[in-house]
Amino acid sequence: MSSAATETRPLPMEGRDSFQFLGFTRARAIFFLAFVVVVVVSPLAVYPIFLMKVYCFIIFACAYNLLLGYTGLMSFGHAAFFGMGAYLCGYAATQWGLPVGLAVLAGTAYAGLLGLVFGWIAIRRQGLYFGMITLALAQMVYFVALKAPFTGGEDGIQSVPRGTLFGLVDLSSNMALYWTLSVILLAVLVFYNRIVHSPFGQVLRAIRNNPDRTKSLGVDVDRFKLLSFVISAALSGFAASLKTVLFGIATLTDVSLNISTEVVLINLVGGIGTIFGPVVGSYVILMLEQFMAPYGPWVLLIQGIVFMLFVLIFRQGIVGELQKRLKTHL
Amino acid sequence: MLEIRNLHAWYGESHVLHGVDMEVPEGRVVSLLGRNGAGKTTTMRALMGLMGRTKGEIRFGGADLLRLRPDQIARKGIALCPEDRAIFPSLSVTENLFLPPVVAKGGMSVERIYELFPNIRERGSSRGTQLSGGEQQMLAIARILRTGARVLLLDEPTEGLAPVIVQQIARTIAEIKALGFTIILVEQNAHFVEGLADIHYLIENGVIVDRLEGSEFAAKIDRVDRLLAV
Amino acid sequence: MPFDLNLNLILGQMVLGLVNGVFYAILSLGLAIIFGLLGVINFAHGVFFMLGAFLAYMLGATLGIGYWGSLLIAPVLVGLIGIVVEVLLIRRLYKIDHLYGLLLTLGLALAIEGLIRIVFGQQGVPYPIPPSLRGAVDIGFMLLPLYRVWVVVAGIVLCLATWFVIERTPLGAKLRAATDNPAMVQAFGINVPVMLTLTYAAGVALAGVGGVMAAPVMTIDPAMGTNIVIVVFAVVVIGGMGSIFGSIVTGLGLGLLEGLAKATFPSASSTVIFVAMVIILVLRPRGLFGKMA
Repeated sequence: MSSAATETRPLPMEGRDSFQFLGFTRARAIFFLAFVVVVVVSPLAVYPIFLMKVYCFIIFACAYNLLLGYTGLMSFGHAAFFGMGAYLCGYAATQWGLPVGLAVLAGTAYAGLLGLVFGWIAIRRQGLYFGMITLALAQMVYFVALKAPFTGGEDGIQSVPRGTLFGLVDLSSNMALYWTLSVILLAVLVFYNRIVHSPFGQVLRAIRNNPDRTKSLGVDVDRFKLLSFVISAALSGFAASLKTVLFGIATLTDVSLNISTEVVLINLVGGIGTIFGPVVGSYVILMLEQFMAPYGPWVLLIQGIVFMLFVLIFRQGIVGELQKRLKTHL
Repeated sequence: MLEIRNLHAWYGESHVLHGVDMEVPEGRVVSLLGRNGAGKTTTMRALMGLMGRTKGEIRFGGADLLRLRPDQIARKGIALCPEDRAIFPSLSVTENLFLPPVVAKGGMSVERIYELFPNIRERGSSRGTQLSGGEQQMLAIARILRTGARVLLLDEPTEGLAPVIVQQIARTIAEIKALGFTIILVEQNAHFVEGLADIHYLIENGVIVDRLEGSEFAAKIDRVDRLLAV
Repeated sequence: MPFDLNLNLILGQMVLGLVNGVFYAILSLGLAIIFGLLGVINFAHGVFFMLGAFLAYMLGATLGIGYWGSLLIAPVLVGLIGIVVEVLLIRRLYKIDHLYGLLLTLGLALAIEGLIRIVFGQQGVPYPIPPSLRGAVDIGFMLLPLYRVWVVVAGIVLCLATWFVIERTPLGAKLRAATDNPAMVQAFGINVPVMLTLTYAAGVALAGVGGVMAAPVMTIDPAMGTNIVIVVFAVVVIGGMGSIFGSIVTGLGLGLLEGLAKATFPSASSTVIFVAMVIILVLRPRGLFGKMA
């Protein structure tokens, strides 16, 4: 996807500006702080449950953007990691009685493991085939989830307890969970930004822009792709586990094609290859879906139209456009 | 008469033709000589409408070719035999031969083509790219003879070919010339064009630097050699 | 042991599997043709299949046009829609990164599926087997449903006819040449942009024919397009998109495999093609017939 995030000319180097806050450069730091304010203030105006759902999807979208925007691999099967992470977290909490922290960890690890296996299979084919393979693998996972006993089939896994975080914070209170999730989200954003701008992240971007040249420089391209894939899968599982704790259930929806296409749409709208694209995209898409929810099938039509509109006209996404105007990486 | 006036062309940001002027009289062979990168192939591509961004004018048959699509230019009776020969790998030799549609009456008959190029009839069912370099070159020329196009653009027809084959091609071009075709012959091989072309254009860095009549060519050969020297 | 050695059952399921295989072959054929010439992976291929089925239903319900009429008219309508889609949307993809093609056609698929859901609701619609094809054929050791025999025969003939046009006719030569080198083909005087439009239209019309043939034997619901296109993707990954013949053989073969699975390991039948895909990817990443890696 060499032209996706770099269709405009390369943006000016930021290294000169030595200002750093939590690893963010000036522009990004401002955005980050603005976002912190939004997080703190928004529960006054918007239902905390909805906001928490958005936060879970932001984490999911960051996971996906790492793979697409920074490594250049377009997966259409991330529902496999999201869904299986959700199921295992739910299962661990209900059947194994694990405390919430460990259950979330279990979901994350399981998704990462799945990512290792699927990534190893899918990376064997380039570009366009990669997308089709991930789609097919995810569909396979869906069918397995449909029939396998441990997922609870149509009913899913229910009554997943919120529990207490490290025995200190009682998460059954919505606001307590809200603040916990907010801290987690902000930490993930900092972590995400760090990864992208680390040497590891730079190798990923080199791979996205010119895989052959990177390989000729002696980089084990496949190993980096796989690593990126595993991180993306694990983070997706993490997001899904949080969502499971939030709503107390894990269902077939979590492992369906809808989830896979949703996370792609979020990134397309928000901005592929940006840090805050997943943030903006998640808000926009989830609010759109919330608004359209009473109109049933219209959601699908609108999603499709938004997809086409952004692919043809706003390929950079909202944050991407902002990046262009402000001439800085966001 | 084909007239190229002040032709500019760009590959992306790169300005490669800086105002080429050429006149190609009907029924004549005109050569375009220059080093690699001088702009020879670019000029041919611009003629055929295959360049992205161009400026200037190309007058032919009462129209400005720069405004037309490649298929429209072809239908005006101009045909390209490109530098890489562009034999289609997915097609057999015969399919390659018959692919270009007939754009005007008076194209060479298939029988005559097989007479001129017997290899093509023999190897008819082979994949196009299974032919040797020389045979592919013959096929590339034969292809455009069938269409009825009267202006032929031959881009480095002798590149990479053995001297024996080069002789064959020279003979073929002479035969075609005798039939009244208008030919632009792009080449790096000065010796090859010497007996064939009526007018020689020398191109360097995207502009025409000299124009020689056929009769002057031998006398001014040192000028030519200097231009083509690497 | 779920292993059932009843030969009749196995053969019967394999015939049913072959029916599915015909649809896989027709769809992967269209997908390969469109990808070969246009460089676009047409995620929307499934919804054109679905449109074929829904159009058959609508032609019957509103104009009283039966199966045979629909078999002729519906694909033409689908083709016309394909022309509009190519001119308005697909055409804009040629100048940008290939991966956007999959995104655009995904959006198109969602939009069309949404539209169908709005018009017809979430449930399916019924479509009867045409009277002339009801009943069964007795081949001695078993009875085969006549309609399904028709689908297999007609489907294979359709695939072979398509193969013939592409590989053995001058029209097909133009298509193959344009897949090799579109600029040169245009320089010879052929209007390639129009060729691209018509190729897209023909590819999706082929899917539309499949949809009409599927109507009497498959549940016609808005999700049928996406469901089948994902399987067809797996078929295409297994077979590779390099050869027309390869697409046909792989599609039919995987249909048979699916049928075999239904008879012997029914619970695995919905995933057997995906498992096959995994195996092929591990052993032979290029695909069975693929030219590209």
